[in-house]
Amino acid sequence: MSTIESALRVETKRAPLPPRERLEQVFDIEGLNAIYGAKPAVKGVTMEVYKNLVTAIIGPSGCGKSTFIRCLNRMNDLIPGFRQEGTIRYHGQNIGGNDVDPVAVRRTIGMVFQRPNPFPKSIYDNVAWGLRVLRMKDSLDERVERALTQAALWDEVKDRLKASGLSLSGGQQQRLCIARAIAVEPDVVLMDEPASALDPIATQAIEQLMHDLKNEYSFVIVTHNMQQAARVADMTAFFSISTGGEGARWGELIEYDDTTKIFTAPSDKRTEDYVTGRFG
Amino acid sequence: MSTLDATTESTRRLSGRRVHLGDLILQLVAGAATLAALVLVFLIVWKVIDGARPAIEQFGVGFVTHVGWDPVKQVFGAGSFLFGTAVTSLVALLLAAPLSLGIALFLTELAPGAIRGPVTALVETLAAIPSVVIGLWGILVLGPVLSDHVEPFLHDTLGFIPLFGTPGSGSSMFTAIIVLTIMILPIVSSISRELFLGVPSELKEAALGLGTTRWEMVRGVMFPYARGGIAAALILGLGRALGEAIAVTQVIGAFVGIQWNLFSPGDTLASRIAAEYQGATSNLEVASLIYLGLILLVFSLLVNLLAQWIVRTVARRQGLAS
Amino acid sequence: MSAPEATAGGRRNDRLRRRKIVNRLMEGLAWLAAAIAVAILGIVVFSVARKGASELNLNLLTKPPVPFAPPDVAQGLGNAFIGTLIIVGIATVIALPVGILIAIYVSEFAGPWVKNAVTLTLDVLNGIPAIVIGIFVFGLIVVGRGQSGFAGGFALSILMLPLVARSTMEVLALVPNSLREASLGLGVPRWRTTLSIVLPQTIGGVVTGATLAVARVAGETAPLLFTSSIVGNQINWNPHHALQTVPVAIFELSESPSPDDHARAWAAAFVLMMFILFASLGARWLATRSRRKLMAR
Repeated sequence: MSTIESALRVETKRAPLPPRERLEQVFDIEGLNAIYGAKPAVKGVTMEVYKNLVTAIIGPSGCGKSTFIRCLNRMNDLIPGFRQEGTIRYHGQNIGGNDVDPVAVRRTIGMVFQRPNPFPKSIYDNVAWGLRVLRMKDSLDERVERALTQAALWDEVKDRLKASGLSLSGGQQQRLCIARAIAVEPDVVLMDEPASALDPIATQAIEQLMHDLKNEYSFVIVTHNMQQAARVADMTAFFSISTGGEGARWGELIEYDDTTKIFTAPSDKRTEDYVTGRFG
Repeated sequence: MSTLDATTESTRRLSGRRVHLGDLILQLVAGAATLAALVLVFLIVWKVIDGARPAIEQFGVGFVTHVGWDPVKQVFGAGSFLFGTAVTSLVALLLAAPLSLGIALFLTELAPGAIRGPVTALVETLAAIPSVVIGLWGILVLGPVLSDHVEPFLHDTLGFIPLFGTPGSGSSMFTAIIVLTIMILPIVSSISRELFLGVPSELKEAALGLGTTRWEMVRGVMFPYARGGIAAALILGLGRALGEAIAVTQVIGAFVGIQWNLFSPGDTLASRIAAEYQGATSNLEVASLIYLGLILLVFSLLVNLLAQWIVRTVARRQGLAS
Repeated sequence: MSAPEATAGGRRNDRLRRRKIVNRLMEGLAWLAAAIAVAILGIVVFSVARKGASELNLNLLTKPPVPFAPPDVAQGLGNAFIGTLIIVGIATVIALPVGILIAIYVSEFAGPWVKNAVTLTLDVLNGIPAIVIGIFVFGLIVVGRGQSGFAGGFALSILMLPLVARSTMEVLALVPNSLREASLGLGVPRWRTTLSIVLPQTIGGVVTGATLAVARVAGETAPLLFTSSIVGNQINWNPHHALQTVPVAIFELSESPSPDDHARAWAAAFVLMMFILFASLGARWLATRSRRKLMAR
């Protein structure tokens, strides 16, 4: 039995998915192209992301996973020369267009980054600052406590809320960043390889967190660790690198399905090669 | 509110005003400040030309070469001061260059760790002393010492060279040259020091590994590697010397004309302006002084742009950041 | 050993000895150069300190000058110190916000073309002789309106601007992008991110840059000759009038034949130099400390 399959067997906590027609869509992505300058990083992505699930994006390095996920909250707008084509419908509304305010998008679609990046403020203020700026100042203390609890950090820091956020360990800092993101009550939380800079115990804490909070938020997680996707995700999307003329390389969505299906009976040979470790 | 209502509510807020008012304001205000700085340089050039206009109209370009400054006849010219500027700045640069390079080499190659820091700080402190204080010291301390001891000595030994003519009072081109040397020293040496620190140690070790002496390594590896930057440093030092008005006017005396004896008084573009501004007898004289300022501005812009160009081309070639 | 080999070996040793001598000579010259630099600094500082400290008393800072007074009358350069305080204050109030705004625009909003243009402009501005700046402000403000502390402050602010802008740009570049992303990712707008998250990280560097800029212009004389030099002898706090300043006072006193004037010039030079040295060294010490803190994170 492959390690993936054993991971899948252990993960019996995951409830079987209802048929897709009954799932509510959060994102409906059609023909998404992400282009830096003249070079497309990602081409022709068409998929749906469903509410209250954990959706994993896996694939070899350089296949555009990060670029793709950053399209979903318009973070790529910050990179000069970036251009996006196609549609990303969020609850029916196209958020990829020029008439949409990226700042408003980011308020409901939050993000946790690869390297923990807490503010140089106290632990309390790391969570509270966003709330204050985004005018969610009522019951500040309760909101901060709730966010830290949901991020499985409250017990560890409740006695030192005034300490600097930077004094925490790497895993704690990342959970602080998660608390900061969920404090402002987003609808979706995007996670770009959130545990790649962390040790296995910290990684496990974050995976548990996602599982526990699924009923409140929808998670989209980019991971280069297949076992993590197998452990944690309900749906998995496999991206890979396609090549073309004159050395052109871009990322494409190869297959998107139930995690169990992706890892046990993938439809595309490229997916099978990747998940069985034959390449990538 | 059901979840569906909540999400519809939030998505309704997504479209609409795409630009935040705060972003716009910050960008406009900061952009205005930036524009002001860009415009300022042109404004300065324009205003100086404007102030010199009466003299430009009266004397034309001949002003630049005319030697003489006659408030009685109301005929003015820059020639005498161009000469003074050229002589004092170039000789000061000549003196400062080896000294600065020596200091820079000392600080990067020879100084024992304990004194490296303090001496670096000391040299940079020399840059911090205001020119009026150096000028004060120049008039009251340096001038007399030079005219009482150094100048007679030089005249006695090297008097056959017209540069070392009869010594006079402390106020002379020679004192000005020494003062300017002191002022150029910190600039050239601190830039050279950074350049020398940037020479890759692999290159230095390659030379030393061949069995060269330290000096041969410096001459063969460090100087060629840093030569662009050293040129820029020297040019920036020259620019400093060209523009120095106060310390020079305090120690150079006053003189109109061209004469080669370093030990007698002289005048430079900058020092003339500083000295005569308050005593200008007519609008034409004021305009002529500003005309001097215009010539000075043109020179220092050329010198500065040359230095910047060298830095940017050399830095690009060597992959350094300026 | 045959004869040719002996000479060849001997020649090689001679060459080596000569090269070593040259090396030693050059090292000696480098030591000499450094010694000369240190000596010059020492001599200048020592002269100013010796001649200035003896004349130092509180009157220098508080009392106005009383020309042609008998030696027992208390007088000083109070008007100059107050004038310098006010004029440098005005210069800082102008240059600091403008310099910070320029740095913000270049760092957070502008593309690489603008950044190069601005950096070049600031370098050029920095290289314009102070006396030409004086002529400029003279033509812009003083003509027709007369001299004033404001004109002097404005002239000095032009000299401060490149220093403040450059040092703020450097510190802004040191703030990691991940911090900006963290804030923007929450849905905080650009301007709030810049002012509340990015800028507070730079305070140490900004203070250092401002202090160094103040130290630079506190001793500037040339631009003030044109903008704020025709003054009386009373202590004046009003920047609408021309105010006496310490560097201009030293300049005027240095050109006077009277030894009493020289003595007062030394004393003022001593105070000025001490202030500038402390400000420069203090700012540099602060800079190394805050840079070490930023790197350690």
